[in-house]
Amino acid sequence: MYNPQLNKDGELSHLLSIEGLPQRILTQILDTAESFMEVSARDVKKVPLLRGKSVFNLFFENSTRTRTTFEIAAKRLSADVINLDINKSSTAKGETLLDTIDNLVAMHANLFVVRHASSGAPYLIAEHLQRIGRDDVHVVNAGDGRHAHPTQGLLDMYTIRHYKKDFTQLRVAIVGDILHSRVARSDIHALTTLGVPEVRAVGPETLLPKHLDKLGVHVFHNMEEGIRDCDVIIMLRLQNERMNGALLPSAGEYFRHYGLTPQKLALAKPDAIVMHPGPMNRGVEIHSAVADGPQAVILPQVTFGIAVRMAVMSIVAGN
Amino acid sequence: MPPLPNPLPDAEAQCRHLADLLRPQLHRRPALVGIYSGGAWIASRLCELLGLDEEIGLIDVSFYRDDFAEKGLHPQVKPTLIPFDVEGRHIVLVDDVLYTGRTTRAAINELFDYGRPASVGLAVLADRGGRELPVAPSLCVWEVSLADSENLVLDKTEDGCLQWRLEHV
Repeated sequence: MYNPQLNKDGELSHLLSIEGLPQRILTQILDTAESFMEVSARDVKKVPLLRGKSVFNLFFENSTRTRTTFEIAAKRLSADVINLDINKSSTAKGETLLDTIDNLVAMHANLFVVRHASSGAPYLIAEHLQRIGRDDVHVVNAGDGRHAHPTQGLLDMYTIRHYKKDFTQLRVAIVGDILHSRVARSDIHALTTLGVPEVRAVGPETLLPKHLDKLGVHVFHNMEEGIRDCDVIIMLRLQNERMNGALLPSAGEYFRHYGLTPQKLALAKPDAIVMHPGPMNRGVEIHSAVADGPQAVILPQVTFGIAVRMAVMSIVAGN
Repeated sequence: MPPLPNPLPDAEAQCRHLADLLRPQLHRRPALVGIYSGGAWIASRLCELLGLDEEIGLIDVSFYRDDFAEKGLHPQVKPTLIPFDVEGRHIVLVDDVLYTGRTTRAAINELFDYGRPASVGLAVLADRGGRELPVAPSLCVWEVSLADSENLVLDKTEDGCLQWRLEHV
């Protein structure tokens, strides 16, 4: 089957989505990230791998954390990083996305890190690059619409592997607004590909997509049941704007049913880890005692994220 | 350089020989750094044979290679681990086969990102010639001439013994 992320040798040339990537590529990224963790622990946190290459951060949608970690990752690979404030630039003046790309390619861009509110924007760019014969220019999806956020999915997998070692014995619950979450979608594909036997989706009916069972996911509307005996709990951010859309009664009501409190966490396995892609809403989806507690691995996720992004950029740039 | 003997020499005996060559330097407290994967095995063997009490360092030069643009990233990168302070130390890089010298160049570059060593030496089991950079071993057990299509590979057997194998590429 044609996969626009892979080159003719089946190697990763763009990272657009976890969906459709074979296990060997996910494992290769996680293994490579492990080596980059060591680089970040050195006094000189830099390797010369992408020396002379230009990485363009194209964030059509705001995200300080993701953009910053991509920037740090690229700099630790010795690449030159150019951050485009797209809202203030040509797009705002009416230039099309692909015209912007052509102009940046003319400036000798080697890698685009793309965040876009429209699902599929990074695909459009990757296909355009192929059409104009620039297979030396690569695209990494940093979150597109409701579709995918593959580097977040990969850093979540790195975190799980770091603490739990083996994927094949785990019960993982993803809790919250799965309907609007590209993180959840990437996590589900990654967990399934890596052999996690039980993936659960926990949330109110209004925030869960239909047909989750087709992805092999077990659906729970009751949080106590949903996180019982889980090894890993991935909390999702509740986007405030959902409150206005009549999908939810109130933040307080949501917290009562789906907020992760110490009492609810006690139902999971005693050594369960709690993850969150950030930014967190304390008192909405997660209690501070949990967020700051011994089972939370939310800050290590951020650190792992840099190593994972270094791995992804160096793998695609080399293929 | 002498041609390839048949059978191939005993790599374990060569490790003992290399340890003997290194012994006169022990007063400088040399710190061993093995280059993955063969050099790492030899370095840990030298560590045992010489009774060194310090953990050895391990280097994977994948992030420093000069052929990244042509070949991309090696699919199995191992973490570099340098468990001691490089600053001011006498470092001995350990590798199985010295050939073009490019791996050695990459390893020296990586090492310097950890600090400024007092000196860097290079101990190898085999030197097969074919240098493309001004690199020479400081300690070497076996000089051998090979065809371009031949590769010497160091294997570790199931019982942990080091063994040479000739590969045709």
